Amino acid sequence: MSLSNIWVVVEPSSGTLTSTSLELLTHARTFGATVSAITWGANSAALAAVAGEFGASTLYDVGDLAGALPGAPVASAICALIATSGAPDALLIPTSYDGRDIAGRLSARLDRPVLTNVTGLSDDAGLVTEHPVFGGTQIVKARFTGEGPGIIVVRAKSFVAESSGGAPASVTSISAGDLGTTGGATIVTSHVEERTGPKLEDAAVVVSGGRGLGDAANYALIESAAKLLNGAAGASRAIVDAGWVPYSHQVGQTGKTVKPTVYIACGISGATQHMVGMKGSKNIIAINKDADAPIFQIADLGIVGDVHKVLPALIEKLTARG
Amino acid sequence: MNVVVCVKQIPDPAAPQSLEAGTHNLDRSGKLILDEADTYGVEMALQLVDKAGTGEVTVVSMGSASDLAGVRNALAMGAAKAIIVADDSLRGTDALGTAKVLAAAIRRVNPDLVIAATESSDGYTGTTPVQVAELLGLPSITFAKSISVDGSTVKVNRQTESGYDEVTSPMPVLVTVTAGVVEPRYASFKGIMAAKSKPIEQLTVADLNLDGQVGPSGARQSIIAVEAAEARQGGEIVVDDGQGADRIMQFLDSIKVL
Repeated sequence: MSLSNIWVVVEPSSGTLTSTSLELLTHARTFGATVSAITWGANSAALAAVAGEFGASTLYDVGDLAGALPGAPVASAICALIATSGAPDALLIPTSYDGRDIAGRLSARLDRPVLTNVTGLSDDAGLVTEHPVFGGTQIVKARFTGEGPGIIVVRAKSFVAESSGGAPASVTSISAGDLGTTGGATIVTSHVEERTGPKLEDAAVVVSGGRGLGDAANYALIESAAKLLNGAAGASRAIVDAGWVPYSHQVGQTGKTVKPTVYIACGISGATQHMVGMKGSKNIIAINKDADAPIFQIADLGIVGDVHKVLPALIEKLTARG
Repeated sequence: MNVVVCVKQIPDPAAPQSLEAGTHNLDRSGKLILDEADTYGVEMALQLVDKAGTGEVTVVSMGSASDLAGVRNALAMGAAKAIIVADDSLRGTDALGTAKVLAAAIRRVNPDLVIAATESSDGYTGTTPVQVAELLGLPSITFAKSISVDGSTVKVNRQTESGYDEVTSPMPVLVTVTAGVVEPRYASFKGIMAAKSKPIEQLTVADLNLDGQVGPSGARQSIIAVEAAEARQGGEIVVDDGQGADRIMQFLDSIKVL
């Protein structure tokens, strides 16, 4: 099967497209196919410029969703588009809250399977997907065997976004149509939690804390070390679940994927759930009192010690450096 | 108010995991437990029914019926009854096939609210609940941090990249919950004893008229290889005797982060 037509769902965010969307557009270009993008929101002209710059020739725009969660209306619009203009050879969707909703809805409506948590995608007489399993120690390779389009949900940072220098994509409006009973979920208000410093997924340095910190108040140590290193503060799922820090700090399978220059794991044992989100870091430093903690197996520098002693000492030395 | 909670019995995540040779299915031959991710949904459902003062919680599951400890755990927490779809032909069923099975089982209960985890802890495909919602013609709200019910409307605080959104939907609706939405209770001795006599309805694929849509052929995807990932080598290990922070500073200097 040759790939001639790839659709990428691209997510609007603060007037541009999310970085995962740009990564998918970039990778879609490598198959030599015509790349079209599908988005929503009230800002299609600006989004068309970005989508075009990263390789999309057409931007299908569902338009303003009037507060509706995107899953149902965007999936419905894509189904309508397939009905009128035929199915693409592949449909790529970013792993995100709304991306997973769109993928699930589309899969059920089209009666087509979905492959998720994809971190690699190549063409070997048809698309072959790669999925890390067991904390990323093994890679499963899979392919669709039935009629297309296969729905492929790709994790953040699986590919590197690169501009193609393309002209703005031409915008075509598409419509969600009648959603019946499926479209009832509506956003009433959005709350933005303030964060200072670089974004977790973009920071060159990430300092993360886990259960080994012992107490929610000790997360302040993570934040000061991160700040001194001009980095971002991350967290394991355990302390997010425990309510110590907001979910937006979570690194791992269900949280963010990070690939910083250096990742400093403090009091994190290294559950597979966590390792999947950070093992692509260039350098890993781990501080943990348990010498058998799995995190040490992937750490370039492992300090077996009490995080309550090592971290304050590190903060002192960083402060002294100014 | 009647609530269905989708639950999954999974191999104990603390035990070593492996894929079966040949099928590449997850080896589920060991002891199965209730996915911890599902305990939050069970607890949330129990609290909502309690607050409504009427109705009951039904747990719905797909998988092996040879070990029902996980489902019994949900009943011991306080769910009234369980439906489990167990059938040899279900081995190798994908997310959409699972959703078809769960949707067909849920239809028999006709609930006001369906709750599921955002994803299972063993397969973590993360699309099954929304596929269920679409098959049932329901709206859905994923990644709930909190749920409340006001008359026939559900109100959810839904996680977002930058914080959370307040989202409302008419019922019936499907909601997926994150860990931490509530603190799950431990089953009491009384609850464990009561669970032994609670009804567990066992259904087959034929009961749900889903022959041919489940199992490996229904999945329409195949695993073509399982390879070891490029191993990341561990490096230097230093036992801290007061020099740990210095060693970290040297390392940060060496990679020019400082």
